[in-house]
Amino acid sequence: MADHDTVTINTLFEIPVLNRGAMKDLSTFPAAPEHQEALGFPGELVDNWQIKAIEKFGELLKKSRALQVYMDGCVKCGACTDKCHYFLGTGDPKNMPVARQDLLRKIYRRYFTFAGKYFPKLVGAEDLTKEVLDDWYNYFHQCSQCRRCSVYCPYGIDTAEISMAAREIMDHIGKGQKYCNEIIAKVHKIGNNLGLPEAALIDTLEGLEEDIEEETGVAVKLPVNVKGADILLVTPSADFFAEPHVDGLIGYAKVFHQAGVSWTVSSYASEAANFAMFIGSYEQMKQIAERIRKAAQDLGVKRIIFGECGHAWRVAYSFLNTLAGPFDFLDSRYPVPQHICEFTWDLIKDGKLNLDKSANDHMTLTFHDSCNVARGSRMGDKPGGQFEIPRAIIRACCNNFYDMAADTIHESTFCCGGGGGLLTDDLMELRSKGASPRMEALKEVVEEHGVTHMAAICAICKSQFSKVMPTYGFDMDSIVSVHQLVSNAIILDGQVTEEDADEEGDAQEHAAEQVST
Amino acid sequence: MAYDVNGTIHEADEEGYITDIGAWNEDLALMIAKEENIDMNSDAWEVVNFLRSYYEEYQIAPAVRVLTKAIKKKLGADKGNSKYLYELFPYGPAKQACKIAGLPKPTGCI
Repeated sequence: MADHDTVTINTLFEIPVLNRGAMKDLSTFPAAPEHQEALGFPGELVDNWQIKAIEKFGELLKKSRALQVYMDGCVKCGACTDKCHYFLGTGDPKNMPVARQDLLRKIYRRYFTFAGKYFPKLVGAEDLTKEVLDDWYNYFHQCSQCRRCSVYCPYGIDTAEISMAAREIMDHIGKGQKYCNEIIAKVHKIGNNLGLPEAALIDTLEGLEEDIEEETGVAVKLPVNVKGADILLVTPSADFFAEPHVDGLIGYAKVFHQAGVSWTVSSYASEAANFAMFIGSYEQMKQIAERIRKAAQDLGVKRIIFGECGHAWRVAYSFLNTLAGPFDFLDSRYPVPQHICEFTWDLIKDGKLNLDKSANDHMTLTFHDSCNVARGSRMGDKPGGQFEIPRAIIRACCNNFYDMAADTIHESTFCCGGGGGLLTDDLMELRSKGASPRMEALKEVVEEHGVTHMAAICAICKSQFSKVMPTYGFDMDSIVSVHQLVSNAIILDGQVTEEDADEEGDAQEHAAEQVST
Repeated sequence: MAYDVNGTIHEADEEGYITDIGAWNEDLALMIAKEENIDMNSDAWEVVNFLRSYYEEYQIAPAVRVLTKAIKKKLGADKGNSKYLYELFPYGPAKQACKIAGLPKPTGCI
């Protein structure tokens, strides 16, 4: 399926030779009419689409002061040009953040500014033609909304907001994307992105309980729809389904068990992800977020904890209260909402988890900061907690940890290449090329420090890396969940460890010897 | 796109997943497998048949752990693991085997 050459960057983030139009024809699958209509969007491109698009654009400009500033503010300084992983990976100049912004900005100028209305050529204003619309569709689906460029922009212009606005306009004229819109419809219908119904969820979690008990001898539970539980865990549905995600889920379950708290997942809101952010739809984002509120109220929980999911944490941390608040029915002594890493780190700090670091000695780790966590949220009570807490957990669980180059981590982190609604097979070429800066930074620590595995706290990152890492010569299982490391290291009360088993074996042998003598 | 199995046309989406799950049959599976360059040996059939029976019960493909456990029971520990399943279906057991089994593609962050 992925028949293409992968661009290899020889020197770390060398600016590629420009390759005009290289990605012009990469067009993600369009949403079918039923995907569009399920979200209240027109099934296909409407007849008067130009008029409708400009109307919608005008509406968004009125609603979002930020969008207006982003449209007006660019001074073409060029600071962003070499900051996008898709530009670095493809060399297509339209993947430079400024060029991506200009796809919308030239229309803004033409229809919303005095100079653009009367002297369009002087100010780079253009009519909204079919060609422009095609460029919008293709290039706004080559932006993972990771916001790395905005860190380097002296004006703080946020290309993610621009690409979200563009996708919102396109949805409203009937030109939506299949991947996002099909998934959002599934959340409304079934409760999660996967389309995993309640019976399958229960069956899957029961299977995990068996696995954990087999491994540890401890009956760790993964409860579903338990009324009156203290904690509602909201986690990406990929945690139930895929690897290495599921190993992280097992880690959360072990931590909850050891902490002695009661917790549950909800089959009604069995999804942390909120893809509506990717398509810039406030209405959809609100509807999805309200499912979490409803589940928390129906189950009567006191706390909400989010699992390892990047953009879900941004939506949860930054927008949940606005979208679905107030959460005054929850216990105000705890953060609303809380990240699983915050929960686990608090226990580690208080010495409440018994961790055997040597259980992870077969690995040398590095950590990939996920863009939405790094640049769209925080953790803990100090600035930079979103960088420090996951690393502190890894260090508490592993003996061998090395960070990647400073300009590729923390707020300068590179996107995995599959975020923002692009984690779809029809964009595999883009995903593969867009991963190259991260892969290059990884290669450096592999060569320098013998790093064998990279940990992440985002379902998209994990799936993306397990898919594209083999293209770069890494094993697909060299991407791991942070709570997978916790799961390996934690020794539960009453757990049968290998040493215990050996001792037991020795004791039996000894007893047998005594009997025989 | 569509598959033509001895004159019977089976409609499929852009990626080759058939649209009418009920119309699936083994000949169609073999044709999809051929397009995917998959050798449908008895182990591959074991996976495809398990996917279909799981789907019938739960209306979704099984999670990776559920699948590996089931295959472990049927084919033994050396085959009941992700590595072997990826050998059978290099593009991923969930997506590629589902396509051959005539099931919808699993979606989401996977």
